[in-house]
Amino acid sequence: MSSREKILSAVLQNQPAIVPLPDIGLFERKAVGTVQKFGAALSSIGGNINYINDLAEMNTLITAISGINGRVINLVKDLYINNAEVIIDDLTPHDLQNVELAILSAHFGVAENGAVWITEENMGHRVLPFICQHLVIVIHQKDIVPAMHEAYELLSRKPYDYGCFIAGPSKTADIEQSLVIGAHGPRSMTVFVLLTANN
Amino acid sequence: MENNVTADHADLAADFNKDKERVEWHDETLWWIRQKRDKNVHQIAEWEQLREAASQIKLNVLSNLNAYLQQFEANAKANGIQIHWAADAIEHNKIVHQLLKDTGVSKMVKSKSMLTEECGLNEYLAEHGIEVIDSDLGERIVQLAKEAPSHIVLPCIHKKKEEIGDLFHEYLGTPENMSDPQVLTEAARGHLREIFLTRRAALTGVNFAIAETGEFVVCTNEGNADMGAHLADIHIASMGIEKLLPERRHLGVFLRILTRSATGQPITTYSSHFKKPQNGKQIHIILVDNGRSVQLGREDFRNSLKCIRCGACMNTCPVYRRSGGHSYHAVVAGPIGSILSPNLDMKKYADLPFASTLCGSCTNVCPVKIDIHDQLYKWRQVIVKAGYAPAAKTAAMQVMSKTLSSPTLYHLSGKAGRWVLKHAPFAVNNRLNPWYKQRDMPEPPKESFGEWYKKNQAK
Repeated sequence: MSSREKILSAVLQNQPAIVPLPDIGLFERKAVGTVQKFGAALSSIGGNINYINDLAEMNTLITAISGINGRVINLVKDLYINNAEVIIDDLTPHDLQNVELAILSAHFGVAENGAVWITEENMGHRVLPFICQHLVIVIHQKDIVPAMHEAYELLSRKPYDYGCFIAGPSKTADIEQSLVIGAHGPRSMTVFVLLTANN
Repeated sequence: MENNVTADHADLAADFNKDKERVEWHDETLWWIRQKRDKNVHQIAEWEQLREAASQIKLNVLSNLNAYLQQFEANAKANGIQIHWAADAIEHNKIVHQLLKDTGVSKMVKSKSMLTEECGLNEYLAEHGIEVIDSDLGERIVQLAKEAPSHIVLPCIHKKKEEIGDLFHEYLGTPENMSDPQVLTEAARGHLREIFLTRRAALTGVNFAIAETGEFVVCTNEGNADMGAHLADIHIASMGIEKLLPERRHLGVFLRILTRSATGQPITTYSSHFKKPQNGKQIHIILVDNGRSVQLGREDFRNSLKCIRCGACMNTCPVYRRSGGHSYHAVVAGPIGSILSPNLDMKKYADLPFASTLCGSCTNVCPVKIDIHDQLYKWRQVIVKAGYAPAAKTAAMQVMSKTLSSPTLYHLSGKAGRWVLKHAPFAVNNRLNPWYKQRDMPEPPKESFGEWYKKNQAK
């Protein structure tokens, strides 16, 4: 008998009588996530937040992030950033090791925890939001959901090969519980929220 | 990992307690994390409903695991992920080794996986000439120190920054006596970046796997799992068979409770959903049993398989906080480790269910409502019946059972005890009496309740 059969038959023999799944629909409050709550959550986990009315405002704000003069990759549609690379399809993941700043779109943000949902199609390469020294994310104010329940409802509508909730900069507190920002991934994460007119 | 430990929890805890300052620090640090957990959890009005839902979902998983495993396998395969089954630790290690041989690599980078600790993977691969570097900062630190993690979420919580500074000075070339966490973390970042960029194989653990979609989720704060996996040609993900969830939307419940319970953060920095391999690359999942199907059959203990490895039970446990993770001489320490480990080896871990005050704090904080302290109590009975109880405890219990079952003996021994405490305190205030170690013996009452009652009733 293969290990597969061995495990499956032992499990079948030992699993108890079926316990029904609970109704988790009650957690979906159908409310709108507030941008204030999102911003507060993001700040509390070490992220930065900027509110803009127009993508063009980003150019000046971005220079303030780290005094960038290194390599910048910008994959946000309709955003023009000086001296930024915009096509990375022909590169290998390893070619991205010296990226100073990556500017990417995310599908939506989650108000309760400050996370954004970003999939491979936003990233160019999966490694980009991790290997860059600084990360900038752009979302629309209308795309902020209250909690993770609504987040899964929303993300299930669009297939992905790889996706990630990113909540703040890479961090660790493994040495005596002292919080250090910039473990292996970005040393900063800034979310630009494009405010929706009349909202 | 030390497999030849003969000292029990009490001995090892006594060892840890030799350094009073360190024990105080360890205690306070973990309690601080428990408080962060409370602060965060109390902001969620529906917290108790979430716990209940998580518990029910996990109970459903365990009750239908056979079908979910097959559903997950079929969906993951359809996504282009390769599935392997390992009945035990050794089979798991052999599968990893074979995959590395087939890929032609002798160096692998690994993110946190308690399962590979359980399987002794690093040691096995080292014996076969394969180098493994742990990439979680805490795990890298204990790896350099040639120690095992002492906590499932905070692997080097037992170490002081000065000791880490010494290790980094020796292995990573940081300046002597440098113990600033910022500087040390920066040094590790540089060192591990080089590893990520040069390793063609990466192994990660799995926090959740979804039967409905065939994807799996890995949670880290550092980003080390992603750095390793996305830069490698082959990504191996090792998971215990109990990690399944029925549907993806159930993650909405679990990602809300996991990190709030673990560190008091609202969510980990990265919650990565791996569904399909990158173009031209491979993802392999190893589904590991290693005693889990046996635990599933133990009615009193199967509940422990609901565990999502948040570590909240450790942070709150008064025994864990003051005895340190290594005193449990098991891969998973603390209250949850004390109910998981006896399933793997009842004799070796017979002391662990006794390393608890049964105060129940673990059960109260557990986000999936495992009845941890009840299970500790039940394990004690199983272990005593099986004849594995620690010798001193067995002898003491026999004396107590004799005394308590005879009124004459009971009254006599009460009298004797009060007489000794009053007239010969040195007989008990010494190192032979473990109760006296951290405490003073109480002032003896003049008379027993029985004696007092007799006198006062007569009035």
